[in-house]
Order: sequence, then C-alpha cells, then structure tokens
Amino acid sequence: MSTEIRADERPPKEGESGSTGAQKPPGRLLFAAAVLLPPRFTPQRVRYDRRYRTLDKYRFIVGFLAIPLAFYGLFVISPFLQAIYYSFTDWSGGPVANFIGFDNYVKMWNDERFWDSTVTSVTLLVVAPVVTLVLGMFFAYMITAGGRHRKGQAVSGVAGSSLYKVVYFFPQVLSVAIIAVIWGRVFNTNSGLLNGSLDLVGIDGPAWLGGEYSWALIAMLTVLSWSFVGFYVVLFSAAMGSIPRDIYEAALLDGAGRSRTFFGVTLPLIWDTVRTGWIYMGIQALDSFAIVLVMMPKHVLKVTPVFLYERFQEGQYGYATSIGVVLLVLSVVFSLIIMRVGSRDRIEF
Amino acid sequence: MRSTGVNRRDVMKRAAAASLLTVPAVGALSSCASGGGSEDKTEKGTKSKKNPLGVKDNAPLTVYIFDGGYGDKYAQYVTDMYGKRYPEAKATQKKTTKISQQLQTKIIRGKPSADVINNSGADDMTPGTLVKNGQLADLDELLKAPSYDDPSTTVEESLVPGMREMGAFGTKGCYQLNLAVTVYGNWYSERLLNDELEMEYPETWDDMLAVCRKAKSKGIHGWSYPGGHPRYMLFSMYAMFAQVGGREVIEAMDYLEPNAWKHDAVKSVFEAFEELVAKKYVLTGFDGTEAHTEMQTAWTKGKCVFVPDGSWVENEAKDTTPKGFRMAVGATPSLDKGDALPFGTLYSPPGEPFLIPEKAQNVQGGMEWLRMMYSKDASRNFFNEVGSIPVLKGAIDGMKLPPGTESAQKAITAAGDNIVIPFFKEWYGQLFDEDFNGVMGKFMLGDMSVKQAMDTMQKACDRIVKDPDITKVKKA
Repeated sequence: MSTEIRADERPPKEGESGSTGAQKPPGRLLFAAAVLLPPRFTPQRVRYDRRYRTLDKYRFIVGFLAIPLAFYGLFVISPFLQAIYYSFTDWSGGPVANFIGFDNYVKMWNDERFWDSTVTSVTLLVVAPVVTLVLGMFFAYMITAGGRHRKGQAVSGVAGSSLYKVVYFFPQVLSVAIIAVIWGRVFNTNSGLLNGSLDLVGIDGPAWLGGEYSWALIAMLTVLSWSFVGFYVVLFSAAMGSIPRDIYEAALLDGAGRSRTFFGVTLPLIWDTVRTGWIYMGIQALDSFAIVLVMMPKHVLKVTPVFLYERFQEGQYGYATSIGVVLLVLSVVFSLIIMRVGSRDRIEF
Repeated sequence: MRSTGVNRRDVMKRAAAASLLTVPAVGALSSCASGGGSEDKTEKGTKSKKNPLGVKDNAPLTVYIFDGGYGDKYAQYVTDMYGKRYPEAKATQKKTTKISQQLQTKIIRGKPSADVINNSGADDMTPGTLVKNGQLADLDELLKAPSYDDPSTTVEESLVPGMREMGAFGTKGCYQLNLAVTVYGNWYSERLLNDELEMEYPETWDDMLAVCRKAKSKGIHGWSYPGGHPRYMLFSMYAMFAQVGGREVIEAMDYLEPNAWKHDAVKSVFEAFEELVAKKYVLTGFDGTEAHTEMQTAWTKGKCVFVPDGSWVENEAKDTTPKGFRMAVGATPSLDKGDALPFGTLYSPPGEPFLIPEKAQNVQGGMEWLRMMYSKDASRNFFNEVGSIPVLKGAIDGMKLPPGTESAQKAITAAGDNIVIPFFKEWYGQLFDEDFNGVMGKFMLGDMSVKQAMDTMQKACDRIVKDPDITKVKKA
C-alpha cells in the first residue's frame, strides 16, 4: 500500500528535506486516527510522514493476528490464569471460594502421596522420551537410509520400508483408552499375551500390574513408547527425507558406514526436529493420565495427573488446581531445559 | 448458586469454554470452574392424597443409573411406572458407568442434567462434599411421606433401619437413600465346603485355618482376593474388628480418633490374616482392573474356598456359576472366646445410593420416582432382575430365593442387632479407596508387616484429620 502511494505521487517537498519549518509534523491524535483509516482517506500530511510506514506495517500484522490472539487469550491464557487464581483458594465446588494464600501448596509439600506420584511422573518424563526417541530414530533411519545400496542410489530404506511406516503408525490411530485396555489384557498375570508367551518358553512371567512398582513402571514405559513411537518414525522419516542426497553421497565416497553416516550426517541435520519431538514426548509422558487411569490398579502406580484427578473427584478443586499449576511449571521447566541443552548452531542445507 | 455476585458469575461463564484446552491437567479443572445457575425450576404441583409430594404432572424427569452389576432394567421398571402414573411427563432414563464424569460438573455449575442419580461405582461422586456445598436435596420430605403401598405408614417406616443415618453425613437431613441391603462377608460354595471338603462353615479362626489346611491338601487355596482391588479385604475383616474389640473399635475408626487403627483388636485381626498369607493359603494373580471378575470366575470354578465379597456377587458371577454350586455367605469367624461381640456379627449396610441434586429441574418428581422405587412391586421386580435384597421390609417374603440371597437373608436374621456399618468408608472415601487399598495390596502379598499396616492406616487417618479440605463428621 505504502509503496503504491510513493510511486504515484511523490511529495513535492521531498528534495527540500533539509529545510526547516516547511511543514509541521502531524499531531499524535491524527496518527491515532490514521490507524483506523484506509490510506486513501488518510491526510497527506500523515501519509508522507516518516513514521507512517511503520504504522502501516504493524497495522497490517495486527490485522491478521488480532483474531487468533484473541481466541488464544480467551481459550488458553485466561483458563490458565483462572486456574492459578483457584489454586490459591479453598474452592470445593460450592458458591464460596475463600482466598487462602499458599495453604494448598504447603499441603502439597507435606503430602507424601503427591511426592510418590511426582517421582513416578518425573521418572517417566526423563526416561520415556529417551527410549521413544531413540527407537523412533532407529526405525526412521532404517526406513530411509538403512537398506542396501541399490540402483545406484546413495541411500535407500530396508526392504518393505513403506509398509513399516504404515505399521508403526497404527497405534496413533487408536484411542488412548483402547490402547490402555488392550495392554491391560496383555499384561494380565494369569492369562495375558505376555505371560502366556513367556510360559511357552518355560518362564514364569511376573505380575506386571500386581503391586511391584518396578514392573509396573516398565509396563508403563512399554505402553508409552509403543503408542508414540510411530509418530516419531513418521516425523523423523520426513526430516531425514529432506536431507539432500549428495551429502550422503559425499559421506559414502569418504567411506562412511551406516553408523558413521548416522552420527556424522543424519543426526546433526535433523537435530531441530529431535529437540521438538523430545519436548513433545516429555509432555506426553508427564501427562500419561488416561493410560494409568484405565490400565493401572490404583495401588500399584500413580502419576501426578491421576493424583490430581482423585482430589478433583473428592471435590478438593482448590487443591487439585494447585497440583495442576505445579504440573504446568514442571512442563515449562522441562521445555526450557531441553531448549537450552539442545541448542546448537543451525546447519543450513 | 444462592448468593453469587454477577462479576464472579461472568468470570466463571467464560471459563466454561476452557475445556477445549490442550494441557489436560489445568484444562480439566478449569472446565469445571464455571458457574452461574438457572433458577428455572419446575414449580410444584398441588399436593393431594394421591400425590403427597406435589409432583407437577407434566414436568419432565431424567434419571441416571449406574450401569454396573445391577444393570439398569430394574430402574426402567420404575421409570415406566412413573410414565404410566404421569403420562404427560416425559420420563427418560440414561445409564453410564462414569457417574462423576457425566454429572458432577453440571451439578457444580448449578445446572444438573439429572433429577435422580444412582451415585454408584468406582467413579461415583463424593456425597459429603456435595452435601457440604448444599448441592443435594434433603430427602426428609420423602421419608416422611406416606409409603407407596400403604398410606398409613411412612416411607421411612417401611424400610430397613439405618437408611436415614446412611444419608445424614453429619447433618440433620438425609441426602442419600439406598436401594439394596448388601451383605458382606466370606462367600463360599456349600458344595465345595460341605460336600467335597466335608467341613462345616468355620465359626472360629482355628476352624478357618483347619479348612484351609484341608483344602491345601486337596490342591485348593483356602482364600483369594482381587489383587487389582485389594480393598475387598475389608469385607472380610471389618466385622471381625467389631467382633473382637466391640463397637468402640469401629466407632474410633469412623470418628478418626487417635490410634483408632492401633487398637489391639485391629492388630489381632491383621495377625490372623497374616497367617493366611504366610501359609500360602491365598490364591493371588488377579491383578488387572477386572480383577474381581477374574477372581470370581476362579472361585466359581472351585480353585479357592472363600472370597471377600458382597451380595452382588451372585448376580455378577451368574454366568460362570455352575449348577449345584450353592453359593452362600458366612459371617466372619470369632478369633477366640474373649470376643466382645458374638459370632454372626454382620457387615451389612443399606447400599446402592440414590440422590437428587438440590438444583434439579424436578426435585418433587425425583422424590416421587424414589417413592415408587420403594414400592412392593418395584422392589420385587428389582429382586427378580438382580437378585439383591431390597431395603423395603418384607418385600421378598414368600418368594423363591436363589441360594446366595437366601443365605444372605439368613445371615441378616441371625445377626439381629449386631449389624455393623463402616461409616468412614462413606464419609472419607479416600481412606478406603486409596489408603486401605494400598495397604492391603502390599499386606496380602506379604510385603507389609502388621505393624506397618496399622501405622500406615493410622497415618492416613491423621492426615485426614489435618486436611482442611475434608469436612469431618462429628460424633452426635
């Protein structure tokens, strides 16, 4: 818009920019009005002002952002703020919510049950992304670059790689509740698929969900990784697919094997995707609410969101929100750490 | 909500949309932080002899039934009765297994979607909190109304004792009414015990151990319990606490007294069960969330003799129960001669709770529905559908009873006044659902000693005493 104006009719006094007192700069009020006016109705005095370009640019950006930002504020930010407010009250679902300062947080600090569940949640937060991402990356690498060299191509996937891509993605299509129910059956002590198979080879399988914390944790990690690994296979395959073939060719000419190629070429080039995936998976693991709620007997293993949910069911909404706020802080801290730890120079290609 | 300011209401309305939020923990809460209330309640109709509760005959009625072991057909019978009596009212019935998820947020918002709620199952709502917030209707009016079949007796008089107490939650009103008498105890098969093992039901703990010994020699476990829901053990332990130490032991538990769980009676009962575990009389391995069904199936197949259960088991396990199984329930055995209460003391509260939200669209209709549920017709139909003993006195007299129910009836008669009810389970749900559950999970696997178990329970008890968010019920 502004370029058009300048092309048509240049201000007559353009050349005499050095002269003083030739034209009074337009007042602030006029500028404020100009925000809402289309250029053709804007007085020339304003339009030719140096600052008008900036105004025009930002007006353009704001025009596009205003509505989405309003929605974001309404549906994302404001509930967060309200949750934070409620975490300082003793609200139990009734008409009265008294402000009680940090009482809920003090109660949480002294609540052993909170710490027990949080230890589990943090363990999942740390371990699940590592397991899932390593698996996802391995599968993705085998699919895109792990095969034998054929038809003169520098890299190719293992045989049947396009089929694998689809198969890995299957769990993503299932609802979390169904995944939890199915795995609950698989882990069944007496008649589960897992212990049934172990039985065939003469091993007496453990009671996966029977009360032993470490078995339950392994079971949780298995289900989490199984259900999310497909997503990362697809994500990483896409990232790897965008790496130019000639880089691989160069590596090949230099005599690099599969693992050297992976660590020297592939991993550095998809690092940004890995970092994003890491944060996303961490938050998924920190949540893992539905799986635990549906699959785990209450006394065996509990994650913080389930502990929160139980307080919520008892009508301790103030306390439950304060646990929610702590979870929020945990996810933010986790994301910041990963951003910081994982930041490297970006490689352009 | 009674005295909510406009500002607060506006703030809360905005939050209703928050359920779209993707961060689940915070989002789940915010979606409930929504308020505002409608005052468009149905007006009352005129009271008459035929309509003692003053039901408006064209006001719609919605009933939510927990879709568990009892199913919902028995309730449909009542809803049909209501529809026949008030043909202009649109009476609808819905069923769910997730009572809390489906209904609680709407009650908090002051716009309940149901007039009558069968608040049952693992996802039930905590009634104590709802009572405290004035979100439930006082059913006193219903209890004082004439009963459906006989106008000369009130509803309360027609039902078993304990109904009002179970719904009081430390108030003077009654906010919850139950439908069925549940008999808890040691369930067994008479065929297995009397015919195959050639033993009588053990009235003392020594006899109990003798039965287990004999069973073990035949390759059968004396006991089992659902490992996924170890809290079931209370069903076999609770009456023993009272039996050994007297009523003050269980009252101390109800009123969260210091050292309630460290009483000698509690100790000796735990020790008795520890012996079962130590001698490997207990069949384990039912670990998933469907543990109770798996355990009951193993039990009906004759793999174990006794299981801790409630009288719903006869209906719940009917598909796997073989003919001639002769299901029966036994009261808990006496520990020794020094016991304070006699053998036969029974854990048998009125169960299967119903409630009406204070802000329900049709409170009077809801009460009328409950009054119909307590009619002889509906009670007998309930019994025919699910095989549980209705709370209406004498409802099933003269009917042909299946073995488990007949045995439960006999146990109630034998108990007389020695009926015990763990109110702490109703008042402080977490003490049972979480703490006792967790303790028994370890204890029954031999991973926790008697002392640790008692200490952990006492610690939980003390935690609840200190928790300002939990409304405590004071001794009357």
